[in-house]
Amino acid sequence: MSTAALYTWRKFKNAMMLSMTGLSLLAVIGVLFLILAYTVSKGINHINWDLITQMPAPVGEEGGGMANAIVGSLILVALGSAYGIPVGLFAGIYLAETEKGWFARTVRFLTEVLNGIPSIVIGVVAFIVVVLPMKRFSALAGGFALGILMIPLITRTTEEMIRLVPSSFREAGLALGIPRWKTMLFVILPAAFKGIFTGIFLSIARAIGETAPLLFTALGNRFWSTELDQPIASMTVFIYDYARAPFDDWNQQAWAASFILIMLVFVLNIIFRFVTRKTYTA
Amino acid sequence: MSLSMQDHNDQRSGQQAVRPAARALSLGGMFRKNPGDLIFENVTRFFAFIVLALVVLMVYEMTVQSWPSIQHFGFSFVSSSDWDPVNDLYGALPFIYGTLFSSLGALLLAVPLSVGVAIFLSEIAPGWLEQPLSMLVELLAAIPSIVYGLFGIFVMVPWLQTDIQPFLIEEFGWMPLFEGAPYGFGMLAAILILTIMILPIITSISRDVMRAIPDTQREAAMALGATRWEAIRIVLTGSKSGILSAALLGLGRAVGETMAVTMVIGNSADISISVLNPAHTMASVLANEFAEATSQLYVSSLIEIALLLFVMTLILNAIARGIVWRITKRYGAVAA
Repeated sequence: MSTAALYTWRKFKNAMMLSMTGLSLLAVIGVLFLILAYTVSKGINHINWDLITQMPAPVGEEGGGMANAIVGSLILVALGSAYGIPVGLFAGIYLAETEKGWFARTVRFLTEVLNGIPSIVIGVVAFIVVVLPMKRFSALAGGFALGILMIPLITRTTEEMIRLVPSSFREAGLALGIPRWKTMLFVILPAAFKGIFTGIFLSIARAIGETAPLLFTALGNRFWSTELDQPIASMTVFIYDYARAPFDDWNQQAWAASFILIMLVFVLNIIFRFVTRKTYTA
Repeated sequence: MSLSMQDHNDQRSGQQAVRPAARALSLGGMFRKNPGDLIFENVTRFFAFIVLALVVLMVYEMTVQSWPSIQHFGFSFVSSSDWDPVNDLYGALPFIYGTLFSSLGALLLAVPLSVGVAIFLSEIAPGWLEQPLSMLVELLAAIPSIVYGLFGIFVMVPWLQTDIQPFLIEEFGWMPLFEGAPYGFGMLAAILILTIMILPIITSISRDVMRAIPDTQREAAMALGATRWEAIRIVLTGSKSGILSAALLGLGRAVGETMAVTMVIGNSADISISVLNPAHTMASVLANEFAEATSQLYVSSLIEIALLLFVMTLILNAIARGIVWRITKRYGAVAA
């Protein structure tokens, strides 16, 4: 190949590969918009107040909503948060304060392990630990599963956010003779509060979007129930059931419910990104 | 040898010089007088211990509960393909096969695509554009898996059935990979949906790894007359191990993904080489059959599948984290 031909070939290859990368980005973002577009267009008939204020209609009837599923999701997430947030938060504080030692290293590793465990496996564990002894599916079992899912996310963001607080804060507190625990609680945590808080919200968003761990723990319920020891409905299981139902009207409701779910998750995610970036890009 | 030892020592003493200040500030430090500190440290340690206890509890409970199945079937559990709840016979091979096939298939499609996107984000996109574009890609990861499943059932499956699969059968039907009838539901749908789902994680880690490569490498390549793409290839060579770990983390996600796969894979416990046929994965069989499992051995077998799934993802994640950790040591933090 002559020098000129080689040069042309290299320039051609350069242009081609660079445009390939651009095309792959377009394809990926295209898929995102495709999913959003379908969610809106297919669910548009049911994106209304009925969806969030009405109970499910009897089988075969049109209309109805998922009021019980929304309340159920909130109860399940509240149950999970009740122990997931304190465990995640304090474990995160511990890890941020203790860099060395086998225990801290083990816990840090196990946090990653927990984060990687498939959510369906966590559902199986919740089934063994809660459903089997109680001999029935219950909101408690679902909440237990969601809590496990929330812990690693909260632990990790808490640790990271605390580490991002400049050490001068800590030094200032200590220089004033304030005990370390007070420095932590009243100086460092408030400084990292925004990040930790949105991290917690992000984990709540993840828990609300989970389906697999609820299938055989909270099970689902077509009726109004707020009993903690009874099966309870949730938005995601509602979508799962309605997606597989042979009624067009139900399928549309599943899309509408998905729309609400996606919006919820997106808003929480965007807030998280915005807050963490704004606070700490120095 | 002695020189390098000296070097090493110098480095360590350099680190040591920084340490005492840091140690004095940490809870495990030398001030142990304040009782409040002692209480606070132990309270936080207790919560950290709960994390450890949870993981131990999970492994213990799953092992105990799957023990009847482990004892009853032994190794044949993973080598037999008879899944027959009526006769209380359980072999998990079809599900293991389905999990590996779908995840590796998705990885095959997702890695080139993700690396392409990562190159665009880290090497080509101007600074002001990079952040919002990255955010869009990462929003894909935030979509709940049930929504992917819905999208799969009502959009992807019909599209595969009417457009893609007939074409594949027509043109490539002679290959065993594309043999069969256009059901829509099946391995191909699962692979495609998994591809979309693992793209964001592979992309964002690859992007971070590439960004960690020092600019001097790009500049050196450019100064020698390399085209932009040739310079990027230098960067790619340096980020190989990082991309590998990104792929492993993506694989870990794919292996454990449940809802979307369950909704589109067709749920059939057959081992088939064709991507057109319905199949099953370890996660999807749990989602489908767990709540309805009747006999004790049935439940026990399903829990053993969960245990296997746990071990698989644990190994994948541990290897991937190990690689990320090594890169971080060399180049600085990589957010994974």
